[in-house]
Amino acid sequence: MNTIIAILVLGVLAALFGALLGFASVRFKVQGDPLAEQLDALLPQTQCGQCGYPGCKPYAEAVANGEAINKCAPGGEDTIKKIADLMGVEVQPLDENHEADNSPKVAFIIEEDCIGCTKCIQACPVDAIIGTTKQMHTIIADECTGCDLCVAPCPVDCIEMISVATTTQNWQWDLDSIPVVQIN
Amino acid sequence: MTDYLLLLVGTVLVNNFVLVKFLGLCPFMGVSSRTETAIGMSFATTFVMTLASLLSYIVNSYILAPLGLEYLTTMTFILVIAVVVQFTEMVVHKTSANLYRLLGIFLPLITTNCAVLGVALLNLYEQHNFFESIIYGFGAAVGFSLVLIMFSAMREKLANADVPAPFKGSAIAMITAGLMSLAFMGFTGLVKF
Amino acid sequence: MESVIERIKRGSFSQFHGGIHPPEQKFLTCSKPIASAQIPEQLIIPIRQHIGQAGNVMVKVGDKVLKGQILSDCDSPMSVPIHAPTSGTITAIKSMAIPHPSGLSEACIILTPDGEDTWKQRHICPDFHSLSKTQILEKIANAGISGMGGAGFPTQVKVSTLAKIDYLIINAAECEPYITADDLLLQEHSPTILDGIKILDHLLTPKNILIGIEENKTKAISALKKATADIDHIDVCVIPTKYPSGGEKQLIQILTGQEVPSGVLPSSLGIVMQNVATCFAIADAVINDTPLIKRVVTVSGQALEKPQNIWALIGTPVGFLTDQCGYKNSQNRHLIMGGPMMGFSLPHDQVPVIKTTNCILAPSEIEIASPFSSTSSKEVECIRCGQCADVCPAQLLPQELLWSAKAKDQAQLAKLNLFDCIECGACAYVCPSQIPLVHYYRVAKAEIRQQKLLDIKAEKAKVRFEARKQRLEREKVARVEKHKKAAEARKARMNTDTSAAKSEKSAVADALARVKAKKAQASLKQNTAEGSVTSTVEMTAESVVPVAPVDESKSQVANAIARAKAKKIAQKNQAQIESLDTLQNNESLSSSQAAPVVIDKKAKVDVAIAKAKANENKPQAETISDSPNAQVDATTKALPLEIVNLASDSDDKATQALNKKAKVAAAIAKAKAKAKAKTAANLAAETSFDRAEPSTTPANIDVMQDSNTAAQADIAATKKARVAAVVAKAKAKKLAASSNKSTTSE
Repeated sequence: MNTIIAILVLGVLAALFGALLGFASVRFKVQGDPLAEQLDALLPQTQCGQCGYPGCKPYAEAVANGEAINKCAPGGEDTIKKIADLMGVEVQPLDENHEADNSPKVAFIIEEDCIGCTKCIQACPVDAIIGTTKQMHTIIADECTGCDLCVAPCPVDCIEMISVATTTQNWQWDLDSIPVVQIN
Repeated sequence: MTDYLLLLVGTVLVNNFVLVKFLGLCPFMGVSSRTETAIGMSFATTFVMTLASLLSYIVNSYILAPLGLEYLTTMTFILVIAVVVQFTEMVVHKTSANLYRLLGIFLPLITTNCAVLGVALLNLYEQHNFFESIIYGFGAAVGFSLVLIMFSAMREKLANADVPAPFKGSAIAMITAGLMSLAFMGFTGLVKF
Repeated sequence: MESVIERIKRGSFSQFHGGIHPPEQKFLTCSKPIASAQIPEQLIIPIRQHIGQAGNVMVKVGDKVLKGQILSDCDSPMSVPIHAPTSGTITAIKSMAIPHPSGLSEACIILTPDGEDTWKQRHICPDFHSLSKTQILEKIANAGISGMGGAGFPTQVKVSTLAKIDYLIINAAECEPYITADDLLLQEHSPTILDGIKILDHLLTPKNILIGIEENKTKAISALKKATADIDHIDVCVIPTKYPSGGEKQLIQILTGQEVPSGVLPSSLGIVMQNVATCFAIADAVINDTPLIKRVVTVSGQALEKPQNIWALIGTPVGFLTDQCGYKNSQNRHLIMGGPMMGFSLPHDQVPVIKTTNCILAPSEIEIASPFSSTSSKEVECIRCGQCADVCPAQLLPQELLWSAKAKDQAQLAKLNLFDCIECGACAYVCPSQIPLVHYYRVAKAEIRQQKLLDIKAEKAKVRFEARKQRLEREKVARVEKHKKAAEARKARMNTDTSAAKSEKSAVADALARVKAKKAQASLKQNTAEGSVTSTVEMTAESVVPVAPVDESKSQVANAIARAKAKKIAQKNQAQIESLDTLQNNESLSSSQAAPVVIDKKAKVDVAIAKAKANENKPQAETISDSPNAQVDATTKALPLEIVNLASDSDDKATQALNKKAKVAAAIAKAKAKAKAKTAANLAAETSFDRAEPSTTPANIDVMQDSNTAAQADIAATKKARVAAVVAKAKAKKLAASSNKSTTSE
């Protein structure tokens, strides 16, 4: 008899709590995933597709749904670290399939070689190439994300990726400052 | 009234759950690397502990005791705690997605946080009445939060400090926790029961 | 409550937090007169010498310029023009090392003086009150004056503020231990400086003018006091010597007791600060119409025989000045631009003096060790003494900043207000562990700035990417819409009972009939008397059918026929008329009928259209282009078809056979042309000629001829070869593409 009462009591309690949780899960349902937005903000937005997704946003969404965090080659270690922080997971080294060289680059069209085929214009994810059919094309350097996507389609191989030169504007301090000592 | 106040202060400082009773060490080490996370965890735990001690008191004295089912307390309490934690998790997920992400696995792990079950069982053994149970639960949670936040603030500083290589990471955190525990021993005798 | 002025008159000043007392070294230079400017052999004038954008260069190499002539103009408010410091010739405009801690190069104008020092036409204006405020501002802007205390903020921006100004503060504190440039300027030219102050007074109309000067400059103080004795609202404030009391925020706090909040400009508190040297330059510009072309530079340090202040032309190489002061040729030549606290080491002594250069320091090894020498102090771990926090004039927490900077924790650095650091170097000076704290802060600041730029860029890229995606989506929708409309229009036309609809219907019917007939023929595999054109077409169709879907084969057949027809017309045989007859039936091609004279051309155009349509594989296009072809099939039976056959055959074969060769040859030619452009080696070009010889396409011949000529001609011709190579390559690609197509169709 006692056992039956015990089972009954526990059963009723469990049912009650279950009902409460059921109600809560409906009441506090979460729509959308703000995580993808946050991840997107961390990515470098080169839209290069090296991660295997067509652009940064799709990759952010994929990461939010469990894709590996180490596929962003242009972002490099820094981006991986930030994503790891946000996701609360361990930092992983950059995927081996991707080249590790993520120094800032910008595409450059060797203008005398350009035949005006517009293939690179179609490839550019950020519309950073100007030109039209049979006219020489050129790159808006400020808008170029250095994604590399225009290099392959060029039929005459006239696009080069060149490293961004260091100027006094973007120079990172690396000299020792002047040591000041007491003079007697 | 004084009794209640003494109980509160006693639970927060003298019989601190983490540093004196050594309960709830898992989240204490786990979510203390950032102050922001620690504060979130503190709120969640405070909510859970207070509610769990309240509910467990009700369940025990109005259901189990009259039916003579005291031998089921542990099991029932676990049920109660699990429900409260699940409920909290849903609320946190709804209200603060970021905190939900930051707390990660530790949020559902409050279920297995010994401090929560400890509070419920200690309430029983110390034969606290309804209000005492709530205050005891709340006090224990405040004590836990206090220590957790202080510890996380220290760990944040430690993260950027030039700690000798063998002590980096968890090692220095353990030492810090030990020193904090020593410091909290100083509160012994502050409140006489 | 005592007002600020009353308190100042009483000689009591507030204090800023922290500060240090580095050993005074001003005695080296403070009692010697300013040496006059000498003209070096070459002046190197950086185009950008201030905060903001560079102006546009207005001179070109070889130009003769007069002293004071403008070299670059300013089109934006944040850019400042530069002027020729003496008369001479512009010998180059190129990248040279500029005075910047990085030692990087920026565009500079190189001026070789003629030694005559001829002035441009100047308009002396003894009474500035006769000028309007706008005129004065214009004069200041055109004189290229930017703050001469160190930051180089464009002066006209600062003085054209619209805010109500309570205090104009003249900064004569000069707190760096070595520098005496402002001191000497005050001693020798206080009347001119006072003129400058009066001009500023006229422009800004402040309630009070405070001149902040440290107590260690006794001669300058007396000169100033004498000059300002008869002016009421100018107060010379002699403040206690303490580094860095010359900092803008620090001096404001000392004089007015107000603390400038983080991220706020002093002008919003009703305060404007100007350096004494800037006041002198303003007076010179407004009254004497002299642009900023020279400044006082303290050349000091124990490695010099006669340290002194010198009037230096902007652009004078530093080495010229140190030689003038008798630089002992020690082993470790170490030059510092700016003071010992805030300056930076120079990479070499050919760096020019610019508008913000107030000091050149040539210290001996004992005085300040070179960072490259072995005696330079080594940094050890922080011992948490907290002295840095005690001396920080910005009330920051230097050691916390250091740890966060080392950990690259940008969020924490922002929380600790890293950007309020004025980089005064007080913390590094007192650090017992010799940690170059300021160095870490500068690195961290640069990183944060870079990160911000990247963030902005990423945001822009994202926006552009989204915009592009939307555009593509829109275009897709528009295309679908267009097709739908066209289909509907066609349907409507077919349903109406017009002759056009009839012809279209019949065309479709014809096409269907033709396909059926072809199929039947193909299955029979008979070569009947229908003529070789049809049979060729059949063969093609036959071979394609198993591989590609019917639609594709149809269009390709149509394509081939269209081409054949074009050739035929070009040959001007009888088929012309026949095909014209067939074309007459077809509505879409009826325009060719109107002008028989231009039949040839028109037909060609039409064929091209048909071809394009066929290529697109659109059902509609097929029906249209098929129908004339079907007619052609029927009507060309009796024609001399061998020609057509030959033409189309040879076309295809040639393409097929040659496209590979052409490609290879073109690639080789291109590579060779490139190599040649570099080395101009005739041999290489000739090899390419030899190799390319066997190929016979016109494209290749072009390449060969061009590259050959280029090889024999001089370097100027190499460009041509490259262009030709590119053209050849492109052509080859095209050929390859078309041959691919023809391969499929066969």
